[in-house]
Amino acid sequence: MCGIIGICHINGPGKISLDTLNKMTAVLRHRGADESGIYIDNHIGLGHARLSIIDLTSGTQPIHNEDKTLWIVFNGEIFNYPELRKQLLNDGHHFYTTTDTEVVLHLYERDGLKCLNLLNGQFAFAIWDSSKKQLFLARDRMGICPLHYTIQNGYIYFASEIKSLFMEKKIHREINPIALDQIFTFWAPLPNVTAFKNINELEPGQFLQIDEDNINIKEYWHFPIPPRNEHIDPSPEELTEELTHLLSDAVRIRLIADVTVGSYLSGGLDSSGITALIAKQFNHDVQSFGIRFEESDFDESPYQKQLASFLNVNHKELAISNDDIAYHFSEILWHSEKPILRTAPVPLFLLSKHVSENGLKVILTGEGADEIFGGYNIFKETLIRKFWARKPENQNRADLITRIYPNIFKNPLLKKSLIKFFAQGLDKADDPLFSHLIRWNNTKRIKTFFSDDLKKEIGEYDCIEEIRQLIPDHFDTCSSLTKAQYLESTIFLSNYLLSSQGDRVAMAHGVETRPPFLDHRIIEFMARVPSVWKILGLNEKHILKKVFKGILPKNIIDRPKNPYRAPIQQSLLASHNSEFIKDMLGETEIQKTGYFNTKKVTALIKKLNAKKNINEVEGMAIAGILSTQIIDYQYIKNFPLTPDSPFKPNIMIDRRSGNNGLFAGNQ
Amino acid sequence: MNYIEDINKFIIENFLFGDENDLENDASLLENGIIDSTGVLELISFLEETYDITIEDDEMIPDNLDSMDNINNFLKKKLSD
Repeated sequence: MCGIIGICHINGPGKISLDTLNKMTAVLRHRGADESGIYIDNHIGLGHARLSIIDLTSGTQPIHNEDKTLWIVFNGEIFNYPELRKQLLNDGHHFYTTTDTEVVLHLYERDGLKCLNLLNGQFAFAIWDSSKKQLFLARDRMGICPLHYTIQNGYIYFASEIKSLFMEKKIHREINPIALDQIFTFWAPLPNVTAFKNINELEPGQFLQIDEDNINIKEYWHFPIPPRNEHIDPSPEELTEELTHLLSDAVRIRLIADVTVGSYLSGGLDSSGITALIAKQFNHDVQSFGIRFEESDFDESPYQKQLASFLNVNHKELAISNDDIAYHFSEILWHSEKPILRTAPVPLFLLSKHVSENGLKVILTGEGADEIFGGYNIFKETLIRKFWARKPENQNRADLITRIYPNIFKNPLLKKSLIKFFAQGLDKADDPLFSHLIRWNNTKRIKTFFSDDLKKEIGEYDCIEEIRQLIPDHFDTCSSLTKAQYLESTIFLSNYLLSSQGDRVAMAHGVETRPPFLDHRIIEFMARVPSVWKILGLNEKHILKKVFKGILPKNIIDRPKNPYRAPIQQSLLASHNSEFIKDMLGETEIQKTGYFNTKKVTALIKKLNAKKNINEVEGMAIAGILSTQIIDYQYIKNFPLTPDSPFKPNIMIDRRSGNNGLFAGNQ
Repeated sequence: MNYIEDINKFIIENFLFGDENDLENDASLLENGIIDSTGVLELISFLEETYDITIEDDEMIPDNLDSMDNINNFLKKKLSD
């Protein structure tokens, strides 16, 4: 992947600052340290920081079409570009590189915005049509690649990461209270919302077209939840066969690169299945990478070892201590650009560094399988609570809930009160948000730490009510599982897992992650598969387990799902922690930023320091408070308006009037 | 003897972080999001330590612990035994 940026004056010629373009590109060099390029004319400036993966020698961007009327900066990959390139060649298009980027440009030249429907990939790009004076921005279907923008003073500024936008001094930096309200409820902001006021994110599956007359933001794809009459009814054997074929192809096309491709191996079903597919069908020597936790409660490395020896792959593990998590917590916030309620992105940040140090820059991951194939406990929980809601007094039904959470029910003393917790909302089983309300209502308890000022700014706004407005019209007619999958995929997957825990922590070290399960062909196919094949009885990911049956050991397939987590209290509140963390949580800083109630935060920290174990909610609170404080420190109070090292693009295309040299600079 | 005041104080300090509230004595602590399952454990330790009692497994039920009234009644019964 790469980093892209741009500034466009919307109404005719404007003043584009080359210095700002350079700074905006420079601050994204972690996303692509291999090369960089700038394009500038009287209307627009584009910048590109390149991580070279396909066509290492001639793929420097921006790239143009035959007559240099169209210019593109592109972040991501188009996995089906070889087929598309062939078609375009047949149609008479000429290419000067062998990149996927150039294919996108010619496809746009041929089909306009309809080109998006033909792309299988993960991407965010900008195309400038210099004859029509039209800018086109687009983002992939699931939001794997980021793209932010803001429209201010007659200009649109856009960039892969928000820090680029802030390199323009005129763009005001202020925390968005609505985003805090959303993050402190859903763990992530809602689509289009960022942690900063007036900074937007193009939503997954959206494009933006802008010229003098119009700003057109539209959706070309939406997470599919087809009505039941469009469902298919295959036999389990047919289903397994079709999925085996689809998955194998999704992996195959994601292995296309002019550099070595590795994989993440957590020891769970999904990443094990992907690694097995690569090793068995495409590359016997694939390198896999996994995390070993100091805290045994979080550690899955024995399964990784078993898998690595079973598949005979070259596995490298990275040991992570609690101190590592505390030490790198603020670094990952510089990359995530939003507060987080978890520490789980930190180990992945360190893992991508490990990958990079081993000379790799492309990794296949198991991300998305839980959402698409029905793996999460929240799905089973929803089915059980729905069943239980029909006879709320029935003890046997209530007891089913203990089966999916053996860990939290292991203390028999808690059974009654836990059952009471899960019984909340049983009287509202028809609520479209039934599956998630219990979680959101639990998480939002941490809003109690908000200061009165922040609460006042949020006012009457209700983020759960906003979701009710966003859900599709026929949502009510969908199955309970489909509804839960939709909410999980469009909120948590796109805006947290693929972002704070995905692109950002991988690209921090110039590593591109590719999740084959999020191939849109698989998503669209599985959307039409009846729920029963996803969760059969209480067996999650039933059909995926069948697909992997022949290539994974039985114990890996049968082992209960273990969510990926990382320690919070043990790391963030360790007594020997850095002064920085202590300062950020100290009364003075809490008072200074003004987001939180000083008295309550002090009481919370006192309580947590005194106790051996903290509960989930208090853990989320401390991570959320600390990360908000750090984001404020990094992005509001101490934002570095000058990149830390000098920057000179490898190519510089200056087409401003008076400049007839196309390739000035040091190319 | 009425224990409501002590219980209220413990809940405010420990679960509401000093937030004075207008929580009714009969309101469910679980349903109102005041405590969760680990909160129940904290509550039990508090009661055991403060009143020098031992709460048996079969006593750890919402009927005894899920509102200030319930806790108060439970304590009264327990301490008069």
